[in-house]
This record gives sequence, C-alpha cells and structure tokens, in this order.
Amino acid sequence: MRHFLFELKEGLLIALRAIRANKIRSALTMLGIFIGITVVVLMSTAIKGIDNSFQKGISALGTDVLYIDKWAWFTNEEWWRLRNRKNIDIADFERFKELAKLPLAVAPVTNSRQTIKYQDRRVESVFLNGSNSDYVKTTNFTFDQGRFYSEIESNASRQVVVLGSEISKNLFPRGDALDKTIKVGGANYKVIGVLTEQGSTVLGPFNPDNQVFVPIGTIFKNYISHNRGTITINVRAQNPGMIEETKAEAIGVMRKVRGLKYFEENDFTVNQQEALMEQYNSVVGVIQIAGLFITGLSLFVGAIGIMNIMFVSVRERTREIGIRKAIGAKRRTILAQFLLESSTICLVGGIAGLIAAVLLSMVVNQFLPTSVQIDAVIIALAVALITGVLSGLAPAYMAAKLDPVESLRYE
Amino acid sequence: MNIINIEHIAKIYEVGLEKVHALSDVSLRIDKNEYVAIMGPSGSGKSTLMNMLGCLDTPTSGIYDFKGESVSTMSDNDLARIRNREIGFVFQTFNLLPRSDALHNVELPLVYAGMPYTERRERARQALIDVGLEERITHKPNELSGGQRQRVAVARALVTQPAIILADEPTGNLDSKTGEEIMGLFHELHQKGNTIILVTHEEYIAEHALRIIRLRDGLVEKDERVESRHTPNVKFAAE
Repeated sequence: MRHFLFELKEGLLIALRAIRANKIRSALTMLGIFIGITVVVLMSTAIKGIDNSFQKGISALGTDVLYIDKWAWFTNEEWWRLRNRKNIDIADFERFKELAKLPLAVAPVTNSRQTIKYQDRRVESVFLNGSNSDYVKTTNFTFDQGRFYSEIESNASRQVVVLGSEISKNLFPRGDALDKTIKVGGANYKVIGVLTEQGSTVLGPFNPDNQVFVPIGTIFKNYISHNRGTITINVRAQNPGMIEETKAEAIGVMRKVRGLKYFEENDFTVNQQEALMEQYNSVVGVIQIAGLFITGLSLFVGAIGIMNIMFVSVRERTREIGIRKAIGAKRRTILAQFLLESSTICLVGGIAGLIAAVLLSMVVNQFLPTSVQIDAVIIALAVALITGVLSGLAPAYMAAKLDPVESLRYE
Repeated sequence: MNIINIEHIAKIYEVGLEKVHALSDVSLRIDKNEYVAIMGPSGSGKSTLMNMLGCLDTPTSGIYDFKGESVSTMSDNDLARIRNREIGFVFQTFNLLPRSDALHNVELPLVYAGMPYTERRERARQALIDVGLEERITHKPNELSGGQRQRVAVARALVTQPAIILADEPTGNLDSKTGEEIMGLFHELHQKGNTIILVTHEEYIAEHALRIIRLRDGLVEKDERVESRHTPNVKFAAE
C-alpha cells in the first residue's frame, strides 16, 4: 500500500511536470473537458431547478384536489366532443355541494383575463380567479397581509380582491396594497388581502403569484354573463389518502346532478394533479434525456480530443519513454504516468468546468430557476475522472509496451 | 568477482522473411573493476551486444548471467529492476529529459528505485557535485554545454551506485578536448573501483581502457588486455 501511494505520488508529480511543460496544449485539451462538464452540469442543474420549482408550485395547488370540469386536461377524446358537452353552471355546483359528503371543501371557479390598474401602474392580462369563500380551503394559501374574502362578501358579490404576491409587487412596490382601491378591467375593487409567494415561475399564469382572487359573482356581474362559459368545481379531499374515494363519489354525484342515464357517458371530466404530474414527468423525462445526451456529446468530443492529444504526446515523447525505461521505469510506471497525465488534465478541466457552471447557474437563476445538486457535482467530477482514465488508457498502454531499444533510437 | 558471464549468446532479428544474425556466438566474462572497451565497425553487432549487456534486450539463445542471476529468462519488470539498480547508462546523445533540470534528471533513477524525496535529492545533488557541476544543478539541458550534459548523464548513471557503467560512444557528440575530459572522468571512476564498459569505434577512445574486445560480423574477433593510455591531471571542474 505504501509502495502504491509512493508510485501514485511520484506519478502525479511527473504528470504535473509534463502538463506544465506543455502549457498551451494542456490548456486547450482541458478546454474540451471544461466545456463538456460546464454544459452537462448547467443542463442538469437547470432541469433540476425547473423540476423543483414545478414540484413546489404544484404542491401549492394541493395534491389532494380534484377539478371537475367540462374540459379534460389530457385526453385522447376529440376536441369537438368535449366542446359539445353541456356547460357546468352554478346550479350544478350548488347541487353537487349538497349531495357530496366526503369532500373537505368544494368551490366553484371561473376565470377571466383583465387588465389591472392602480394609479399609473398597470398589469396586462391578469388571470382573474372567481370563486366563493370556500376556495381558500381547497388551497394551501398563506397570507402576507389581510385575509381571504368571507362568505358574506362572496354571497353578496362585494367588489373585494385578494392579490397574488407578484401582482402586489408590481402594483404596490412599497407593499402597501391593503385597503387600496384598484381597477380590474374597469370595475373598482378593494384590496383585502395579499398572498405570500406560493412558489413556482414555471406554471406561468397558473401560478397563484400571478393571479388575483375575487368573489365569483363579481365576474358574472362585471365580465361574463351567467349562461356563457363554464365553471370548474374544485373538490378537496379530507386527506390525500381519501382522494380515490372522493373521486369515485364525485363522479357518482356529478352524474346524478347532470341527470345522466346509466348507459350515457360522463359529460364532464374529473381532473387531477396526478395526471398533470404524469404528463409533466414524461415531458421532462424526454427533455432530460435529450438534454443530457446532447451535452454529453460535447463531453465525448472533449474526451476524443484528450485521447488524440495523448496519442500525439506518446509518439512525440517516444524517446523520453525510452530513456525512462532504460533507467529503470517499469511498464506499469509508464502506464501510470500517462494515465495520471490524462486524468489530471480531465480533473482540472472538470473542476474548472464545475466552478464555471456554478457561477453561470447563479446568473441563469435570475431568469430561470436552477439548483446545483451535490450529487451533480460528484457525478461531474467522477465523469471527468473516468473520461480521463478511459481516454488515456489506449495511449498509455501504447507507451507502456514500447520497446526501450527502439524508442531510444527514435528521432 | 565475476559480474557478467555470457556464454554463446546469439541475437537473430527477423526482417521480413530474412533472418539477420546481429550476434552469432559471443562468450565473455567481465569482472569487477574492469575497464573494457567494445570495438568494431558498424554492423559488427556491438550495439546489439551493448543492448544485451544493458538488459535492454534479451538474447535469442545462449546464457547471460548478471551477478549470478539469469537475465536471459527474465520478465520485463525484472529487467527494469536490473537496469535501475545495477546498470548506469551513458549515451552518445546524452538522453536527458529536455524539460527537466539537471537535479531531476539525476534523481529520476532513484524515483524509480522508490527512494524517499529528501534522501534522493541529497544523493542526486552529491552526484552532480562529484562530476563537478555544483554550479549547474538547477539548469536545464539546453542551458548546458555538451560536456556538461554528458556529465549530468554520468551523474545519473552513478547515482544508483550500479554494478557496471555502460557507456555507448560517450564522446561521439563532443569535441576532442571535452571528450578527453569525459574520458578523464571515466578514468577516475575506474580508479574509485567502478566497472566500466565502453562501446566505441574510435581507437583513441578505446585506448583508455585496460581491455579491448573487438567484434566483427557478430563474433568476438579479438579480446586482449592492454596498457591504458589515460591522460593524467585532466581537470574537469565546472567550465
């Protein structure tokens, strides 16, 4: 063991000498690995970051919530079939609420997109969520200021609004939103609450941070009439374990509400985050594989570069190898020398690439969520090292089995 | 004491379909503290014999015993060990590592011998002082004159305290004055008890030795004891 460590140390010193002796060549070779490792790590942190953000966002929506809707989130059904379904209206919701026994909370939801103004500040095309006071029970919302609208406000369709954190930041940079009156698509609303940041930028308009919440009646009153459009019924199970039973009950109750005969198909869909997750996972899985494959290619090209350089280096240093052998270097000593040289180049390039990737991901983080994982760091370094060993193996073996007599004669 | 014992060795190279007898049948013994010159025209087999003696190559047939160990049947690793511990090479073209300083060049055989850092640095330094290069220890080969380079090579050959010093045309790339200086160095090493084998094709270099072995066509033509024509009082302090 001590002997092995001695050889390792001496081999490393010799490798470092060789790398220092050919600074430009070593640096260019490292560049290949540097770029490879940088893009691979950056890619994996970006994927991981988006993934984390999505998971956080989706859990803010609640994993135990069902969305009964005319439309299906994901379906093989043809679009026009869904379009021909009867709209779900408030009456359906009232009946459903009366009959369904299992849910923790049930809320009707409709949407609109409106421009919001406060004095000279405005946000275009904001996702306006209209519901009743039970809506907040179907979410995991927490409040920065104020509260959600009450049952009385909801029933009376009062002009009150709860702001998502982003909207609040845009309209009230100083955070003094409470009790101000804002214009939502022409109608005046009083701000009664502001949500804390819920999480995810990847959900876009579906992110609660970018939404405002008003009593559903005000949407019908101000923007769309009762008989146009359809609503979604949000159903929250008592706990995630109850979701299947709650879903089975919801389907039964909904069929009854809609007056379906036993032979008729459902004219509604019970959507679930699970389906969203599945869809998401399959998409992200493909992106992940494709992304890592493409970036992996650049690492592979870097490895070929190293192998090429090492072959050139062995040829060029044939005489040196002859000298070393003449004065007593064993085959494995020469093998180790060249392997250590290529591994060191790769490892140094890899570490530099890693540092660059971490710095870059901090920059990218301003636009897109990223997340540097410790396992990505370890994997990157391991990959760099393995690349070094593999790409050095063939040239090192060639060097080790050179004949000392011939290599001493080599010019 | 007998260091090298060679009996009927032959070396045959196959070039295409043809067989070339580089050495046909050579037998010789070399004792401790001998000063031997191996001579012969090109193609006589003296380089092959030198590679054989230096354990860089093994014979096709015959027996080669080095200090009682059979070299003819040794593995690559054992040959490397013998070269490392028992043989000090001095080449015509110096064969120093161009990008390493004198100290590292001299230290290298000790690295391969597994000697710890401090000890081997000290010994390498001492070897360089012994050949008169204490002023040039951190110089790289391209910063040294031919004679100085060859002295670095001699220091490298000596540093492991080998059983024999094997010099292949050591003055071939030097002017005659510097050549004489190097030969003076060899003379002194011989006086100190080293065993020296010199391969050369020049009579006036061979005349420094006490025994001349002449090769022709892969055979020993003549093996005779001679008087040394060594030049005394040659100074070889740093130039």
